[in-house]
Amino acid sequence: MDGAMHTDAKSRAETGTESGPRGPGCSLRHFACEQNLLSRPDGSASFIQGVAEKSREQLIRNTCEAVVLGALHPRTSITVVLQVISDAGSLLACCLNAACMALVDAGVPMRALFCGVTCALDSDGTLVLDPTAKQEKEARAVLTFALDSVERKLLMSTTKGLYSDAELQQCLAAAQAASQHVFRFYRESLQRRYSKS
Amino acid sequence: MLRFINLPQIYFNTCFRTVEPLDYYRRFLKENCRPDGRELGEFRTTTVNIGSISTADGSALVKLGNTTVICGVKAEFAAPPADAPDKGYVVPNVDLPPLCSSRFRSGPPGEEAQVASQFIADVIENSQIIQKEDLCISPGKLAWVLYCDLICLDYDGNILDACTFALLAALKNVQLPEVTINEETALAEVNLKKKNYLNIRTHPVATSFAVFDDTLLIVDPTGEEEHLATGTLTIVMDEEGKLCCLHKPGGSGLTGAKLQDCMSRAVTRHKEVKKLMDEVIKSMKPK
Repeated sequence: MDGAMHTDAKSRAETGTESGPRGPGCSLRHFACEQNLLSRPDGSASFIQGVAEKSREQLIRNTCEAVVLGALHPRTSITVVLQVISDAGSLLACCLNAACMALVDAGVPMRALFCGVTCALDSDGTLVLDPTAKQEKEARAVLTFALDSVERKLLMSTTKGLYSDAELQQCLAAAQAASQHVFRFYRESLQRRYSKS
Repeated sequence: MLRFINLPQIYFNTCFRTVEPLDYYRRFLKENCRPDGRELGEFRTTTVNIGSISTADGSALVKLGNTTVICGVKAEFAAPPADAPDKGYVVPNVDLPPLCSSRFRSGPPGEEAQVASQFIADVIENSQIIQKEDLCISPGKLAWVLYCDLICLDYDGNILDACTFALLAALKNVQLPEVTINEETALAEVNLKKKNYLNIRTHPVATSFAVFDDTLLIVDPTGEEEHLATGTLTIVMDEEGKLCCLHKPGGSGLTGAKLQDCMSRAVTRHKEVKKLMDEVIKSMKPK
Protein backbone atom coordinates (compact mmCIF):
# COMPACT_ATOMS: atom_id res chain seq x y z
CA MET A 1 0.00 0.00 0.00
CA ASP A 2 1.33 3.41 -0.86
CA GLY A 3 -0.02 5.50 1.97
CA ALA A 4 0.14 4.75 5.66
CA MET A 5 -0.78 6.74 8.70
CA HIS A 6 -0.26 6.75 12.39
CA THR A 7 -3.02 8.41 14.38
CA ASP A 8 -2.36 8.91 18.00
CA ALA A 9 -5.02 10.18 20.34
CA LYS A 10 -3.10 10.96 23.50
CA SER A 11 -4.83 10.54 26.84
CA ARG A 12 -5.64 13.77 28.57
CA ALA A 13 -4.70 14.39 32.21
CA GLU A 14 -7.76 14.48 34.46
CA THR A 15 -7.08 17.99 35.79
CA GLY A 16 -5.84 19.45 32.51
CA THR A 17 -7.49 22.47 30.96
CA GLU A 18 -8.87 22.56 27.45
CA SER A 19 -6.73 24.72 25.28
CA GLY A 20 -4.95 24.64 21.99
CA PRO A 21 -5.61 25.51 18.40
CA ARG A 22 -8.97 23.75 18.45
CA GLY A 23 -10.44 26.45 20.64
CA PRO A 24 -12.41 26.32 23.90
CA GLY A 25 -15.55 24.24 24.22
CA CYS A 26 -14.19 21.35 22.17
CA SER A 27 -14.02 18.29 24.34
CA LEU A 28 -12.09 16.09 21.94
CA ARG A 29 -8.66 14.98 23.02
CA HIS A 30 -5.49 16.19 21.36
CA PHE A 31 -4.85 14.83 17.86
CA ALA A 32 -1.54 13.96 16.29
CA CYS A 33 -0.92 12.55 12.89
CA GLU A 34 2.05 11.35 10.95
CA GLN A 35 1.73 10.31 7.32
CA ASN A 36 3.82 8.20 5.04
CA LEU A 37 5.16 6.24 7.98
CA LEU A 38 5.70 2.99 6.13
CA SER A 39 7.39 2.99 2.75
CA ARG A 40 7.12 -0.74 2.52
CA PRO A 41 5.83 -3.16 5.09
CA ASP A 42 8.86 -5.05 6.26
CA GLY A 43 7.25 -7.99 7.92
CA SER A 44 4.01 -9.87 8.04
CA ALA A 45 2.04 -11.66 10.67
CA SER A 46 -1.14 -13.64 10.70
CA PHE A 47 -3.27 -14.46 13.66
CA ILE A 48 -6.67 -15.89 14.45
CA GLN A 49 -9.17 -13.11 14.81
CA GLY A 50 -12.31 -13.19 16.86
CA VAL A 51 -15.84 -12.39 15.79
CA ALA A 52 -15.65 -8.90 17.29
CA GLU A 53 -12.69 -7.97 15.08
CA LYS A 54 -14.47 -9.34 12.02
CA SER A 55 -17.49 -7.25 12.83
CA ARG A 56 -15.35 -4.12 13.23
CA GLU A 57 -13.59 -4.87 9.95
CA GLN A 58 -16.91 -5.09 8.17
CA LEU A 59 -17.96 -1.71 9.57
CA ILE A 60 -14.76 0.01 8.47
CA ARG A 61 -14.76 -1.69 5.09
CA ASN A 62 -18.34 -0.76 4.28
CA THR A 63 -17.69 2.84 5.32
CA CYS A 64 -14.67 3.03 3.01
CA GLU A 65 -16.62 1.38 0.19
CA ALA A 66 -19.33 4.00 0.47
CA VAL A 67 -16.92 6.88 -0.17
CA VAL A 68 -14.23 5.39 -2.41
CA LEU A 69 -14.93 5.83 -6.14
CA GLY A 70 -14.25 2.23 -7.01
CA ALA A 71 -15.72 2.54 -10.48
CA LEU A 72 -12.69 4.58 -11.58
CA HIS A 73 -10.32 1.70 -10.86
CA PRO A 74 -11.78 -1.60 -12.00
CA ARG A 75 -9.90 -4.82 -11.25
CA THR A 76 -8.12 -3.07 -8.39
CA SER A 77 -7.86 -4.23 -4.82
CA ILE A 78 -7.37 -1.64 -2.10
CA THR A 79 -6.08 -3.11 1.15
CA VAL A 80 -6.36 -1.04 4.31
CA VAL A 81 -4.32 -2.44 7.17
CA LEU A 82 -4.98 -1.03 10.62
CA GLN A 83 -2.57 -1.87 13.42
CA VAL A 84 -3.60 -0.88 16.93
CA ILE A 85 -0.55 0.60 18.64
CA SER A 86 -2.27 1.66 21.82
CA ASP A 87 -5.89 1.71 22.86
CA ALA A 88 -6.96 4.49 25.24
CA GLY A 89 -10.66 4.50 24.36
CA SER A 90 -12.64 5.44 21.22
CA LEU A 91 -10.73 2.84 19.24
CA LEU A 92 -13.16 2.41 16.37
CA ALA A 93 -13.39 6.17 15.77
CA CYS A 94 -9.59 6.38 15.72
CA CYS A 95 -9.45 3.49 13.23
CA LEU A 96 -11.90 5.26 10.95
CA ASN A 97 -9.90 8.48 11.05
CA ALA A 98 -6.69 6.61 10.31
CA ALA A 99 -8.29 4.72 7.43
CA CYS A 100 -9.59 7.94 5.87
CA MET A 101 -6.25 9.73 6.11
CA ALA A 102 -4.41 6.70 4.75
CA LEU A 103 -6.74 6.61 1.74
CA VAL A 104 -6.05 10.32 1.15
CA ASP A 105 -2.31 9.72 1.48
CA ALA A 106 -2.55 6.91 -1.05
CA GLY A 107 -4.32 9.17 -3.50
CA VAL A 108 -7.40 7.00 -3.83
CA PRO A 109 -10.23 9.04 -5.39
CA MET A 110 -13.07 9.53 -2.94
CA ARG A 111 -16.41 11.29 -3.12
CA ALA A 112 -16.10 12.62 0.44
CA LEU A 113 -13.93 12.29 3.51
CA PHE A 114 -15.27 10.60 6.60
CA CYS A 115 -14.45 10.80 10.27
CA GLY A 116 -15.28 8.75 13.33
CA VAL A 117 -16.65 10.23 16.55
CA THR A 118 -17.51 8.36 19.75
CA CYS A 119 -20.07 9.54 22.33
CA ALA A 120 -20.61 8.04 25.73
CA LEU A 121 -23.71 8.50 27.86
CA ASP A 122 -23.18 7.98 31.56
CA SER A 123 -25.77 6.93 34.10
CA ASP A 124 -27.25 10.41 34.62
CA GLY A 125 -27.51 11.14 30.90
CA THR A 126 -24.46 13.41 30.51
CA LEU A 127 -22.91 13.27 27.09
CA VAL A 128 -19.14 12.80 26.86
CA LEU A 129 -17.43 13.07 23.49
CA ASP A 130 -14.33 11.00 22.73
CA PRO A 131 -14.40 9.01 25.99
CA THR A 132 -11.32 7.43 27.51
CA ALA A 133 -11.25 3.68 28.13
CA LYS A 134 -12.29 4.22 31.75
CA GLN A 135 -15.21 6.46 30.76
CA GLU A 136 -16.31 3.92 28.14
CA LYS A 137 -16.40 1.12 30.68
CA GLU A 138 -18.42 3.11 33.19
CA ALA A 139 -20.81 4.55 30.62
CA ARG A 140 -24.38 3.40 30.23
CA ALA A 141 -24.16 3.62 26.45
CA VAL A 142 -21.34 4.16 23.95
CA LEU A 143 -22.24 5.27 20.42
CA THR A 144 -19.74 5.46 17.55
CA PHE A 145 -20.66 7.30 14.35
CA ALA A 146 -18.92 7.79 11.02
CA LEU A 147 -19.94 11.04 9.34
CA ASP A 148 -19.14 12.25 5.85
CA SER A 149 -17.57 15.60 5.15
CA VAL A 150 -20.02 16.93 2.55
CA GLU A 151 -23.33 17.02 4.40
CA ARG A 152 -22.43 15.45 7.77
CA LYS A 153 -24.68 12.51 6.95
CA LEU A 154 -24.49 9.36 9.03
CA LEU A 155 -22.44 6.76 7.17
CA MET A 156 -21.90 4.18 9.86
CA SER A 157 -23.14 3.68 13.36
CA THR A 158 -22.55 1.08 16.00
CA THR A 159 -23.77 1.30 19.55
CA LYS A 160 -23.43 -0.43 22.88
CA GLY A 161 -25.88 -0.18 25.76
CA LEU A 162 -29.42 1.14 26.13
CA TYR A 163 -30.46 4.69 25.25
CA SER A 164 -33.56 6.53 24.13
CA ASP A 165 -34.44 8.00 20.77
CA ALA A 166 -34.01 11.57 22.03
CA GLU A 167 -30.54 10.77 23.39
CA LEU A 168 -29.61 9.31 20.02
CA GLN A 169 -30.53 12.53 18.22
CA GLN A 170 -28.63 14.52 20.84
CA CYS A 171 -25.50 12.39 20.39
CA LEU A 172 -25.77 12.59 16.62
CA ALA A 173 -26.00 16.38 16.74
CA ALA A 174 -23.00 16.57 19.08
CA ALA A 175 -21.04 14.22 16.83
CA GLN A 176 -21.87 16.32 13.77
CA ALA A 177 -20.62 19.43 15.57
CA ALA A 178 -17.43 17.67 16.67
CA SER A 179 -16.76 16.31 13.20
CA GLN A 180 -15.97 19.77 11.91
CA HIS A 181 -13.01 19.90 14.30
CA VAL A 182 -11.80 16.58 12.94
CA PHE A 183 -12.15 17.69 9.33
CA ARG A 184 -10.32 20.92 10.13
CA PHE A 185 -7.53 18.82 11.63
CA TYR A 186 -7.41 16.73 8.43
CA ARG A 187 -7.07 19.89 6.36
CA GLU A 188 -4.35 21.38 8.60
CA SER A 189 -2.26 18.20 8.69
CA LEU A 190 -2.50 17.77 4.93
CA GLN A 191 -1.49 21.39 4.42
CA ARG A 192 1.50 20.86 6.70
CA ARG A 193 2.52 17.72 4.83
CA TYR A 194 2.33 19.19 1.38
CA SER A 195 3.90 22.51 2.33
CA LYS A 196 7.07 20.71 3.49
CA SER A 197 7.60 18.74 0.27
CA MET B 1 -57.04 -16.57 -24.85
CA LEU B 2 -55.84 -13.91 -22.41
CA ARG B 3 -52.94 -16.07 -21.33
CA PHE B 4 -51.45 -16.23 -24.81
CA ILE B 5 -51.54 -12.46 -25.12
CA ASN B 6 -49.66 -12.00 -21.81
CA LEU B 7 -46.92 -14.53 -22.54
CA PRO B 8 -44.57 -12.23 -24.53
CA GLN B 9 -45.03 -9.55 -21.84
CA ILE B 10 -44.07 -11.95 -19.05
CA TYR B 11 -41.08 -13.07 -21.07
CA PHE B 12 -40.01 -9.46 -21.55
CA ASN B 13 -40.44 -8.71 -17.83
CA THR B 14 -38.29 -11.62 -16.68
CA CYS B 15 -35.58 -10.74 -19.19
CA PHE B 16 -35.66 -7.11 -18.09
CA ARG B 17 -35.51 -8.16 -14.44
CA THR B 18 -32.43 -10.28 -15.06
CA VAL B 19 -30.61 -7.84 -17.31
CA GLU B 20 -31.42 -4.55 -15.57
CA PRO B 21 -32.50 -5.39 -12.00
CA LEU B 22 -31.93 -1.90 -10.67
CA ASP B 23 -34.00 -0.21 -13.37
CA TYR B 24 -36.72 -2.83 -12.90
CA TYR B 25 -36.82 -2.01 -9.20
CA ARG B 26 -36.77 1.73 -9.76
CA ARG B 27 -39.94 1.49 -11.86
CA PHE B 28 -41.76 -0.08 -8.92
CA LEU B 29 -40.26 2.24 -6.34
CA LYS B 30 -41.51 5.26 -8.30
CA GLU B 31 -45.05 3.96 -7.72
CA ASN B 32 -44.23 3.46 -4.01
CA CYS B 33 -44.48 -0.30 -4.12
CA ARG B 34 -42.25 -3.33 -4.68
CA PRO B 35 -42.29 -6.23 -7.18
CA ASP B 36 -43.75 -8.63 -4.62
CA GLY B 37 -46.71 -6.28 -4.10
CA ARG B 38 -45.67 -4.85 -0.73
CA GLU B 39 -45.65 -1.19 0.21
CA LEU B 40 -42.34 0.41 1.15
CA GLY B 41 -43.11 0.16 4.87
CA GLU B 42 -44.71 -3.27 4.88
CA PHE B 43 -43.19 -6.41 6.36
CA ARG B 44 -43.53 -9.86 4.84
CA THR B 45 -45.82 -12.41 6.47
CA THR B 46 -44.25 -13.40 9.78
CA THR B 47 -44.92 -16.85 11.22
CA VAL B 48 -43.48 -18.31 14.39
CA ASN B 49 -43.54 -21.84 15.74
CA ILE B 50 -42.37 -22.34 19.31
CA GLY B 51 -41.19 -25.52 20.97
CA SER B 52 -40.78 -27.65 17.86
CA ILE B 53 -37.46 -29.25 18.82
CA SER B 54 -38.09 -31.63 21.70
CA THR B 55 -34.40 -32.41 22.30
CA ALA B 56 -33.57 -28.75 22.97
CA ASP B 57 -34.42 -26.95 26.18
CA GLY B 58 -36.11 -24.22 24.15
CA SER B 59 -36.64 -23.70 20.45
CA ALA B 60 -38.41 -21.51 17.94
CA LEU B 61 -38.79 -21.34 14.17
CA VAL B 62 -39.39 -17.97 12.55
CA LYS B 63 -40.36 -17.34 8.95
CA LEU B 64 -40.24 -13.83 7.49
CA GLY B 65 -41.63 -14.46 4.01
CA ASN B 66 -39.15 -17.00 2.67
CA THR B 67 -36.38 -16.28 5.17
CA THR B 68 -36.42 -19.11 7.72
CA VAL B 69 -34.37 -19.21 10.91
CA ILE B 70 -34.55 -21.83 13.61
CA CYS B 71 -33.16 -21.26 17.09
CA GLY B 72 -32.37 -24.02 19.57
CA VAL B 73 -31.29 -23.32 23.15
CA LYS B 74 -29.40 -25.93 25.18
CA ALA B 75 -28.54 -25.40 28.81
CA GLU B 76 -25.43 -26.92 30.32
CA PHE B 77 -23.42 -26.54 33.50
CA ALA B 78 -20.25 -24.50 33.70
CA ALA B 79 -18.03 -22.83 36.24
CA PRO B 80 -18.82 -19.12 36.40
CA PRO B 81 -16.12 -16.67 35.21
CA ALA B 82 -13.51 -15.73 37.79
CA ASP B 83 -14.24 -12.01 37.55
CA ALA B 84 -18.03 -12.46 37.92
CA PRO B 85 -18.71 -15.49 40.13
CA ASP B 86 -22.45 -14.85 40.31
CA LYS B 87 -23.11 -14.74 36.57
CA GLY B 88 -23.87 -17.41 33.99
CA TYR B 89 -23.26 -17.29 30.26
CA VAL B 90 -25.42 -16.85 27.18
CA VAL B 91 -23.50 -17.93 24.08
CA PRO B 92 -25.19 -17.22 20.73
CA ASN B 93 -24.00 -18.58 17.41
CA VAL B 94 -25.47 -17.86 13.99
CA ASP B 95 -24.86 -20.45 11.31
CA LEU B 96 -25.44 -19.69 7.63
CA PRO B 97 -24.97 -23.11 6.00
CA PRO B 98 -24.71 -23.71 2.24
CA LEU B 99 -28.24 -25.14 2.31
CA CYS B 100 -29.81 -21.74 2.88
CA SER B 101 -28.26 -19.98 -0.10
CA SER B 102 -25.80 -20.61 -2.91
CA ARG B 103 -23.65 -17.69 -1.78
CA PHE B 104 -22.34 -19.65 1.23
CA ARG B 105 -19.74 -22.41 1.04
CA SER B 106 -19.14 -25.14 3.58
CA GLY B 107 -16.19 -24.67 5.92
CA PRO B 108 -15.40 -22.15 8.68
CA PRO B 109 -18.06 -19.48 9.24
CA GLY B 110 -17.89 -16.68 6.67
CA GLU B 111 -17.89 -13.00 7.45
CA GLU B 112 -21.67 -12.60 7.31
CA ALA B 113 -22.21 -15.38 9.86
CA GLN B 114 -19.59 -13.93 12.19
CA VAL B 115 -21.06 -10.45 11.96
CA ALA B 116 -24.54 -11.84 12.64
CA SER B 117 -23.23 -13.78 15.67
CA GLN B 118 -21.60 -10.62 17.02
CA PHE B 119 -24.81 -8.69 16.40
CA ILE B 120 -26.91 -11.19 18.36
CA ALA B 121 -24.33 -11.22 21.18
CA ASP B 122 -24.51 -7.41 21.30
CA VAL B 123 -28.32 -7.44 21.39
CA ILE B 124 -28.31 -9.91 24.30
CA GLU B 125 -25.71 -7.85 26.15
CA ASN B 126 -27.23 -4.43 25.51
CA SER B 127 -30.88 -5.23 26.04
CA GLN B 128 -30.27 -7.26 29.22
CA ILE B 129 -32.90 -9.72 27.98
CA ILE B 130 -31.77 -12.12 30.70
CA GLN B 131 -30.11 -11.05 33.90
CA LYS B 132 -26.97 -13.21 33.97
CA GLU B 133 -27.31 -13.43 37.74
CA ASP B 134 -30.49 -15.48 37.20
CA LEU B 135 -28.36 -18.17 35.61
CA CYS B 136 -26.20 -18.66 38.65
CA ILE B 137 -26.82 -21.82 40.70
CA SER B 138 -24.05 -21.63 43.26
CA PRO B 139 -21.83 -18.51 43.26
CA GLY B 140 -18.28 -19.30 42.30
CA LYS B 141 -19.00 -22.97 41.68
CA LEU B 142 -21.83 -23.67 39.27
CA ALA B 143 -23.82 -21.70 36.75
CA TRP B 144 -25.94 -22.32 33.68
CA VAL B 145 -24.60 -21.63 30.24
CA LEU B 146 -27.23 -21.25 27.52
CA TYR B 147 -25.97 -22.16 24.07
CA CYS B 148 -28.25 -20.44 21.56
CA ASP B 149 -27.75 -21.85 18.08
CA LEU B 150 -29.45 -20.01 15.26
CA ILE B 151 -29.46 -21.82 11.95
CA CYS B 152 -30.74 -20.26 8.78
CA LEU B 153 -32.71 -22.69 6.66
CA ASP B 154 -33.58 -20.31 3.83
CA TYR B 155 -31.82 -17.02 3.16
CA ASP B 156 -34.01 -14.43 1.47
CA GLY B 157 -32.80 -11.23 3.08
CA ASN B 158 -33.33 -9.63 6.49
CA ILE B 159 -31.55 -12.33 8.43
CA LEU B 160 -30.95 -10.12 11.49
CA ASP B 161 -34.64 -9.49 12.17
CA ALA B 162 -35.46 -13.17 11.85
CA CYS B 163 -32.58 -14.18 14.14
CA THR B 164 -33.52 -11.68 16.84
CA PHE B 165 -37.14 -12.79 16.81
CA ALA B 166 -36.19 -16.49 16.84
CA LEU B 167 -33.84 -15.95 19.75
CA LEU B 168 -36.46 -14.08 21.77
CA ALA B 169 -39.13 -16.71 21.10
CA ALA B 170 -36.77 -19.60 21.93
CA LEU B 171 -35.64 -17.98 25.19
CA LYS B 172 -39.26 -17.51 26.20
CA ASN B 173 -39.71 -21.23 25.62
CA VAL B 174 -36.71 -22.36 27.67
CA GLN B 175 -37.47 -24.29 30.81
CA LEU B 176 -34.62 -24.90 33.24
CA PRO B 177 -34.87 -27.73 35.79
CA GLU B 178 -34.30 -26.99 39.43
CA VAL B 179 -30.80 -27.72 40.66
CA THR B 180 -29.80 -28.27 44.26
CA ILE B 181 -26.28 -28.76 45.53
CA ASN B 182 -26.09 -31.79 47.80
CA GLU B 183 -24.29 -30.67 51.00
CA GLU B 184 -22.57 -34.02 51.63
CA THR B 185 -21.35 -35.01 48.20
CA ALA B 186 -21.06 -31.42 46.85
CA LEU B 187 -22.59 -32.67 43.61
CA ALA B 188 -25.42 -31.02 41.75
CA GLU B 189 -28.76 -32.80 41.75
CA VAL B 190 -31.07 -32.03 38.91
CA ASN B 191 -34.81 -32.33 39.42
CA LEU B 192 -36.18 -32.87 35.93
CA LYS B 193 -39.76 -32.91 37.14
CA LYS B 194 -39.67 -29.35 38.39
CA LYS B 195 -38.95 -26.86 35.61
CA ASN B 196 -39.10 -23.09 35.56
CA TYR B 197 -39.33 -20.65 32.71
CA LEU B 198 -36.60 -18.05 32.31
CA ASN B 199 -37.20 -14.54 33.53
CA ILE B 200 -37.26 -12.54 30.26
CA ARG B 201 -36.96 -8.90 31.26
CA THR B 202 -37.18 -7.09 27.95
CA HIS B 203 -38.37 -7.95 24.47
CA PRO B 204 -35.94 -6.57 21.88
CA VAL B 205 -37.32 -6.53 18.35
CA ALA B 206 -35.19 -5.75 15.30
CA THR B 207 -36.37 -3.77 12.28
CA SER B 208 -34.15 -3.68 9.20
CA PHE B 209 -34.18 -1.17 6.37
CA ALA B 210 -32.41 -1.02 3.04
CA VAL B 211 -31.32 2.28 1.50
CA PHE B 212 -31.88 2.66 -2.25
CA ASP B 213 -30.17 5.29 -4.37
CA ASP B 214 -29.10 7.20 -1.25
CA THR B 215 -32.62 8.45 -0.58
CA LEU B 216 -35.33 5.81 -0.39
CA LEU B 217 -35.75 3.61 2.69
CA ILE B 218 -37.56 0.30 2.38
CA VAL B 219 -38.42 -2.01 5.24
CA ASP B 220 -37.67 -5.76 5.42
CA PRO B 221 -35.58 -6.17 2.24
CA THR B 222 -35.63 -9.50 0.38
CA GLY B 223 -32.39 -11.10 -0.76
CA GLU B 224 -32.57 -9.41 -4.16
CA GLU B 225 -33.32 -5.99 -2.63
CA GLU B 226 -30.38 -6.31 -0.23
CA HIS B 227 -28.13 -7.02 -3.16
CA LEU B 228 -29.29 -3.91 -5.03
CA ALA B 229 -29.37 -1.63 -2.00
CA THR B 230 -26.67 0.96 -1.36
CA GLY B 231 -26.83 0.53 2.43
CA THR B 232 -28.65 -1.21 5.25
CA LEU B 233 -29.77 -0.15 8.72
CA THR B 234 -31.02 -2.28 11.62
CA ILE B 235 -32.69 -0.83 14.70
CA VAL B 236 -33.32 -2.96 17.77
CA MET B 237 -35.90 -1.54 20.12
CA ASP B 238 -37.42 -2.76 23.35
CA GLU B 239 -40.94 -2.19 24.62
CA GLU B 240 -40.18 1.12 26.36
CA GLY B 241 -38.93 2.62 23.13
CA LYS B 242 -35.30 2.36 24.22
CA LEU B 243 -32.76 1.43 21.59
CA CYS B 244 -30.53 -1.56 22.17
CA CYS B 245 -28.67 -1.35 18.92
CA LEU B 246 -28.39 0.95 15.92
CA HIS B 247 -26.43 -1.11 13.42
CA LYS B 248 -25.53 0.69 10.24
CA PRO B 249 -22.50 -0.94 8.63
CA GLY B 250 -21.45 1.74 6.15
CA GLY B 251 -23.38 2.41 2.97
CA SER B 252 -25.03 5.66 1.88
CA GLY B 253 -25.43 8.46 4.37
CA LEU B 254 -28.62 9.17 6.30
CA THR B 255 -29.81 12.43 7.82
CA GLY B 256 -31.20 12.71 11.36
CA ALA B 257 -34.73 13.22 10.00
CA LYS B 258 -34.66 9.96 8.03
CA LEU B 259 -33.45 8.18 11.17
CA GLN B 260 -36.44 9.58 13.02
CA ASP B 261 -38.82 8.03 10.42
CA CYS B 262 -37.09 4.70 10.90
CA MET B 263 -37.56 4.95 14.65
CA SER B 264 -41.32 5.39 14.33
CA ARG B 265 -41.53 2.39 11.99
CA ALA B 266 -39.51 0.36 14.49
CA VAL B 267 -41.98 1.24 17.26
CA THR B 268 -44.94 -0.01 15.17
CA ARG B 269 -43.06 -3.18 14.27
CA HIS B 270 -42.34 -3.85 17.93
CA LYS B 271 -46.06 -3.76 18.69
CA GLU B 272 -46.84 -6.17 15.81
CA VAL B 273 -44.19 -8.67 16.89
CA LYS B 274 -45.11 -8.51 20.56
CA LYS B 275 -48.75 -9.17 19.72
CA LEU B 276 -47.84 -12.15 17.54
CA MET B 277 -45.59 -13.66 20.17
CA ASP B 278 -48.11 -13.19 22.98
CA GLU B 279 -50.74 -14.96 20.86
CA VAL B 280 -48.44 -17.93 20.19
CA ILE B 281 -47.38 -18.26 23.82
CA LYS B 282 -50.97 -18.05 25.00
CA SER B 283 -51.98 -20.79 22.58
CA MET B 284 -49.23 -23.03 23.96
CA LYS B 285 -49.92 -22.67 27.66
CA PRO B 286 -52.72 -25.31 28.12
CA LYS B 287 -50.30 -28.00 26.89
